[in-house]
Amino acid sequence: MSWPAKLGLNALAWLVCILMFFPVFWLILTSFKTNALAAAEDPVFVFWPTIAGYVNAIFDNNYLHYLLNSGITAIGSTLICMLLAIPAAYSMVFRRSKYTDSTLLWMLSTKMLPPVGVLLPIYVVYKNIHLLDSALGLVFIYAAMNLPIVVWLLYTYFKDVPAAILEAAEIDGASLFTTLSRIVVPLSLPGILSTGLLAIVLAWNESFWAINLTNVHGATLAVFVSDFKSARGQFWASMSAASTLSVLPILVAGWFTQRQLVRGLTFGAVK
Amino acid sequence: MSSSLQNRRLRSIALIGPAALYLFVWMIVPLAMTVYYSFRRYNLIQPFVKGNAGFSNYAKIIGDPNFLAGLVNTLILVSSCLILTVVIGLAFAVIYNSEHVIGKNLLRTLAASPFFIMPVVTGLVWKNLMMNPSFGLLAALQRGLGITPIAFLSQMPLASIIGIVTWQWTPFAMLVLLASLSSVPEDIKEAAYLDGAGAWKTFRHIILPQLGRPLYAVIMLETIFFLIIFGQIYVATSGGPGNASTNLPYYIYLQAFSAYDIGAASAGAVVAVILANIVAIFLVRMINANIREDT
Repeated sequence: MSWPAKLGLNALAWLVCILMFFPVFWLILTSFKTNALAAAEDPVFVFWPTIAGYVNAIFDNNYLHYLLNSGITAIGSTLICMLLAIPAAYSMVFRRSKYTDSTLLWMLSTKMLPPVGVLLPIYVVYKNIHLLDSALGLVFIYAAMNLPIVVWLLYTYFKDVPAAILEAAEIDGASLFTTLSRIVVPLSLPGILSTGLLAIVLAWNESFWAINLTNVHGATLAVFVSDFKSARGQFWASMSAASTLSVLPILVAGWFTQRQLVRGLTFGAVK
Repeated sequence: MSSSLQNRRLRSIALIGPAALYLFVWMIVPLAMTVYYSFRRYNLIQPFVKGNAGFSNYAKIIGDPNFLAGLVNTLILVSSCLILTVVIGLAFAVIYNSEHVIGKNLLRTLAASPFFIMPVVTGLVWKNLMMNPSFGLLAALQRGLGITPIAFLSQMPLASIIGIVTWQWTPFAMLVLLASLSSVPEDIKEAAYLDGAGAWKTFRHIILPQLGRPLYAVIMLETIFFLIIFGQIYVATSGGPGNASTNLPYYIYLQAFSAYDIGAASAGAVVAVILANIVAIFLVRMINANIREDT
């Protein structure tokens, strides 16, 4: 490649990066402004930073309550998912029957179900069993939402465990539980961890269920942030600080796990 | 022998059973209830009006111009976002796959960021910080160019939503296609180069054919996610002005939580499920082919 072509290509690569990342950068920058400065007509790039927006989000707007709910729903649903999916994926890989493929496909097909298709009954049932507006209600629904992806991903990871080791364990008389906890899980730990992270990211960013099923007690960060959509005037610095606090953990996690996320979301079509 | 076989089968049911049962209880049972509600008179404002509704809920929503607008908007949203994210994502992937780009890992990681941003935050950022007609960055840019700033979200609501969704999802197409591009063997590209193929010919005849499966995966998955877009519309336009940016999920949300008409909302949901399933049939076929290939 000639040097002008290289230069052009690099300029293009930087331009693409700036175009895509700029709104995120601008959000983070705005979060350190005062509300007056954030609403300036002409964009301000250089200013004396303030953490007033963060103080406002954390102390006046009860950020920690929503953070706790987001944490509970993301981690709780992921744990349920793992408990259900590890045995299921194990049996799909190591105890195949003629029903295995169709079960796997059926599980995936529930992922094609738009959430609105099941929203109303879940809303009505939750209302009756007092799970409406509770983090626990979201835990259950997020677990169901992510279960198909988690089963599929674990399936692709478990396939890499050598069958010979399992056969040896079986001959030695290892129980199912021993095989799982001593061989399968430790050998595919990196895969299990990245799958878990994917489930956490998906649950953390979810807004449809959170907005429709919770408003105060069980509200997650998605609900917290969406409250800024109206009636808060132009408190954009506060909004930006709240948004930054809500996306930063997942943004950083996403940077480190891009590949696994893509692998998970394409059900392993791309490795 | 037969008892040990039976034993094996029992054990395998015990392993898959809980997961299958969980999905059944949380997804399939509610779906059946939605279908049931769609044939019932069920309005939270009129709790005493009950009974069989026949197809009247369906007639009601199909006769509702807002529903048709929602359906049309959904189709426009899905198809435009698909085309834009795939074309732009492919261009980005080709750029970041080049070995000549300095610091490409950092650049692509930063460029991938929109995908990890919570959809409601995406909606807020674009509504308030980028597209606001007086204080937004785009307005400042337009003033700098001597143009009267456009009020994007009220003047061109659907196009704005398409822009926002494209920004959010282009990184996904980029990441998937990048992963596939980087797995095209170097020596094949080198051989093509030695045979005198230019950059375009190499791309067209060597690289593009390898992208078939991942492209298919991107298109099918994005279709499913675009069919259920909610967060961005909820915060950025609330479906308006009028019904200009209302898609099916948002329409159903309004029917259920503003009009409190569970029956009509359920009928809308059933239509949305049918629409998604037409898409899903293709996707399941693709995945089925993948399973066969793997085993």
